[in-house]
Amino acid sequence: MDHPELIGIEASGGTEGGGGTEAGGAGASERDRAGDRARARSLAETAARASYGRLLALLAAPTGDIAMAEDALSDAFEAALTAWPESGIPANPEGWLLTVARNRQRDAWKSAAVRTSMPLDAVPELAGGTAEPDEDTMSAIPDKRLALLFVCAHPAIDPGVRTPLMLQTVLGFEAAQIATAFAVPAPAMAQRLVRAKRRIRDARIPFAVPDADVMPRRLPAVLEAIYGCFAIGSATDPGAGTGAGAGAGADAGAEPEAGMGATADPDSLAGEALYLAETLAGLLPAEPEAAGLAALICLSQARAAGRRDTAGRFVPLDEQDPARWDAALIVRGEAHLRRASSLGRIGRYQLEAAIQSVHCARRITGRVDLAALRALHEGLARIAPTLGALVSLAAVIGESDGPDAGLATLDRIDPGAAQRFQPAWATRAHLLALAGRADEAAAAYDRAIALTTDPAVRAHLADRRA
Amino acid sequence: MRYALLLNYPEAGDVGLSDEDLAAGRAAFDEYLKALNTAGVFVSTEILQPVSVSTTVTTRNGELLIQDGPFADTKEKLGGVFVIEVPNLDAALTWAERCPAAQYGVIEVRPVAVTAQGDEWITPS
Repeated sequence: MDHPELIGIEASGGTEGGGGTEAGGAGASERDRAGDRARARSLAETAARASYGRLLALLAAPTGDIAMAEDALSDAFEAALTAWPESGIPANPEGWLLTVARNRQRDAWKSAAVRTSMPLDAVPELAGGTAEPDEDTMSAIPDKRLALLFVCAHPAIDPGVRTPLMLQTVLGFEAAQIATAFAVPAPAMAQRLVRAKRRIRDARIPFAVPDADVMPRRLPAVLEAIYGCFAIGSATDPGAGTGAGAGAGADAGAEPEAGMGATADPDSLAGEALYLAETLAGLLPAEPEAAGLAALICLSQARAAGRRDTAGRFVPLDEQDPARWDAALIVRGEAHLRRASSLGRIGRYQLEAAIQSVHCARRITGRVDLAALRALHEGLARIAPTLGALVSLAAVIGESDGPDAGLATLDRIDPGAAQRFQPAWATRAHLLALAGRADEAAAAYDRAIALTTDPAVRAHLADRRA
Repeated sequence: MRYALLLNYPEAGDVGLSDEDLAAGRAAFDEYLKALNTAGVFVSTEILQPVSVSTTVTTRNGELLIQDGPFADTKEKLGGVFVIEVPNLDAALTWAERCPAAQYGVIEVRPVAVTAQGDEWITPS
């Protein structure tokens, strides 16, 4: 998945189920045609999924006009649906799509040039294109998705729209789908995206990977936007990015906005975050935090199936059945983490991934290494003292040194900030219960429940309270 | 691509700057101008007099309204403009960062939409 390779003919074989087939009770030849059409549709969809971002980045880079590139690309996909069933699927579908899209773009430019007398040769990539699909195009194609990710998370772009922009431009999501994921009305999301794209074009935000000297300043925003996608995706996952191993039963460690509950389809959004993170890590092999983020998302996603029991009830981390975790994804996450640490620069995402790794190790060892967990949480609280990290540390200290020590750590957190932070209350409730302070625990559980939107987590906390 | 760096800062009179302060400021801008010219990105600049000598003009429904004072009465005022010619926003932001006024004011970076040469309107590319 790191580098969606060129889709060849083989991608079409055997994936019949991909596109909805419209073949009804028609005659054999007609059914064949319908089958071809379905196959073409399925292939086009696979192409869309695998190479949308690559094509879009390439089309948008010369002019910075993402909206125009999107139009050209969607025209090309439309054309594929018409042409491929008739003429057969081209040997290089991606190259075919790119050429058609470039032609559309050139047409649009010509008509714009007539209106504004803008010189066409101002756009080198448009000036000397070929009209015929070029089979060799793709072999020499540069991957501009990295530049596109940096455009999406550019400091001149509103932080709130960075993740949606990535979802739309790199993965090809519609504004309405993104709106659902972010629990925002569709027209509002569409408008934000349009505005951001106009800004990218008009202010001429460059499609460029920052130089090494600026990279440390620019990379965190990209990581944060991908992490944001993951955080929303795992909003219903108490225990994401935490240790609270601890059965604090809380979202300790997740960012405040996580746990507040988006209503989207979390699994798929976390899956997209994983795709973005692995893409970024693949494109920036020298950046340990990029690999660290990929590791974090892999290792957290690996436990997705364990977070609910068969009846759909919430299962806290320390009670999850490791047999239900995704072993292959854990192996992949560990590989990212090893690569990150081999680069010798520790960071927030690597620490969070290492915390996840300690939990995942229970699958093999049958136990949680509390000392390692505690050391990692202390490190995290030192280099990235977010509210989530501080609460997670308190939970883990409560686990290793007893509830009083955990409560004391919790009390040192700024109460103003923790007041509306669900994990702080869930952790406090858990520690108070362990300390035998039943009345106070009940009150803290009430606060935690009031701040929880996920019904399964609410039910779990209510159980604990009782 | 042509960008205007709009320099917004509290006026010298409002914050009570000494002659030495002003001399140091002028020296910093002198350096900045030289750097812009050396890089070949300088187009023009206008540093404005204080808003105390500003006059606003409006006509609404044919009625002329002339008032003393600036357009908006804020603590930080538009104090000057640098126009530069650079390839993209990142380059413009780097020049804004180097502008001495960034240390005590706010630099707004805006792409130039149109400019004029003689009687001709020109869209800078």
